[in-house]
Amino acid sequence: MPLPYYVSPEQMMKDKAEYARKGIARGRSIVTLEYRDGILLVAENPSSLLHKVSEIYDRIAFAGVGKYNEFENLRIAGIRHADVKGYSYSRGDVTAKALANAYSQALGNIFTQDIKPFEVEVLVAEVGDNNGAKNEIYHILYDGTIEDEKNYAAMGGQADEIRRFLKDHYQASTGLDESLQLGVRALSVTQNKTLSERDLEVAVLDRTKERRKFRRIPPEALTQLLATAK
Amino acid sequence: MNDERWQHLFNDYANSSFVEALRRQSPHLLPGADPRPATPEVAAVPHGTTVLAMRYRDGVIMAGDRQATAGYQVASRRIEKIFKSDDLSGVGIAGAAGPAMEMAKLFQTELEHYEKVEGDNLSLEGKANKLGQMIRMNLQAAMMGLAVVPIFAGFDEKAGVGRLFKYDITGGRYEEKDYDSQGSGSKDARDSLKKLWKRDMSRDDALRCALEALIDAADEDVGTGGPDLIRGIFPTVKTITRSGFGEVADDEVRRVCEAIAGDRTKAERGA
Repeated sequence: MPLPYYVSPEQMMKDKAEYARKGIARGRSIVTLEYRDGILLVAENPSSLLHKVSEIYDRIAFAGVGKYNEFENLRIAGIRHADVKGYSYSRGDVTAKALANAYSQALGNIFTQDIKPFEVEVLVAEVGDNNGAKNEIYHILYDGTIEDEKNYAAMGGQADEIRRFLKDHYQASTGLDESLQLGVRALSVTQNKTLSERDLEVAVLDRTKERRKFRRIPPEALTQLLATAK
Repeated sequence: MNDERWQHLFNDYANSSFVEALRRQSPHLLPGADPRPATPEVAAVPHGTTVLAMRYRDGVIMAGDRQATAGYQVASRRIEKIFKSDDLSGVGIAGAAGPAMEMAKLFQTELEHYEKVEGDNLSLEGKANKLGQMIRMNLQAAMMGLAVVPIFAGFDEKAGVGRLFKYDITGGRYEEKDYDSQGSGSKDARDSLKKLWKRDMSRDDALRCALEALIDAADEDVGTGGPDLIRGIFPTVKTITRSGFGEVADDEVRRVCEAIAGDRTKAERGA
């Protein structure tokens, strides 16, 4: 058996990070915006069946960019975590913070221990209630780095450009239609292309809803919302 | 090739099941996981009494009284026996109240878990079978006197009709065509439904019919609670239709109960 040749840990981490970043940069992007009644998630996703945005629990949503099978695995693990916790304690004890921490630990472990890191970034959002509790948005990177974001967040290939765009254009507590239009503009302007309803996957955590706050917005409703904003 | 590395992935359809996840992570939380020997105390455990479900024009209606009975004592006057399991189905529980409510919660989580993982709802048939499997898990406890025997009813989107199922303690699942009732007052409620139930009733007629049956059950069965005018406690009634799971407001139930009481008083006086 040939002896494995030596690579310094520093070099190895650098290589892995570069590998993961390249994988993520190839993918399409997701924008998350806080709006008046909750949190809006807009993904560029031509498939209407393979979701990038989904429901985790009553007030918690998940979004993933990068390799589908990898973030799909994380998504299911998250649903399991939330459902088991909510079943053994109470529904109110399931929090985005605990879930985001679990994702951070999982991605961190995979990054350091596995040969191939996950080429994903995930986002966990929790909508606050009417009594003034704040929204929470956590953004977790391929190496387990975790950041909490305010007002807006972006992930995927054009994340940096989108963030710059939103920094100049974001306004607090706008309606759903305006926020949606801003989200779509952020996705299209940064890539110099127009996006139709069919290229988008949109969902909201709507705090005015009963119990389960997550709601997908189908293309027909999307067309209407985008039209009223103009 | 080492097939074992990937073949198990095709058998992981249980991935969408919350019960399977719980079995792996916290088996002590499953029904029937901790059976204790039968003791005289079992009779003193609160038992839910009468629930019923019936078809009507728009779907199904489910109703239950509010009393839990422990031996000859009233254990609670306000328990809920009809639970929403998802937007298009509900469970009415009868039997040992503790395990039954736990099972309703587990069932509700199971359906929601499946929906979130798969991005799609289970068929009504699939939901009914899943509940049967959960009841079977509780068989050992059932043999010791802690039986759970729910009624499951829902709106079948494919067939476009309301359907209802009853169960036995072994998880046996039986579909009923028109109406059924479960619990200690079930025989009386069923007798009543046999005379009053008609095909394609309107919502108002169905509501009246369900409440008549529950009042009859409360009349004949000591375990079943009738409308409590003093405390303002009335049976719970839910409707499940194409447009979802709906509650019948307490005020409306009160009005119908009072109308029934009025009519019966008149009949009693021979007016």
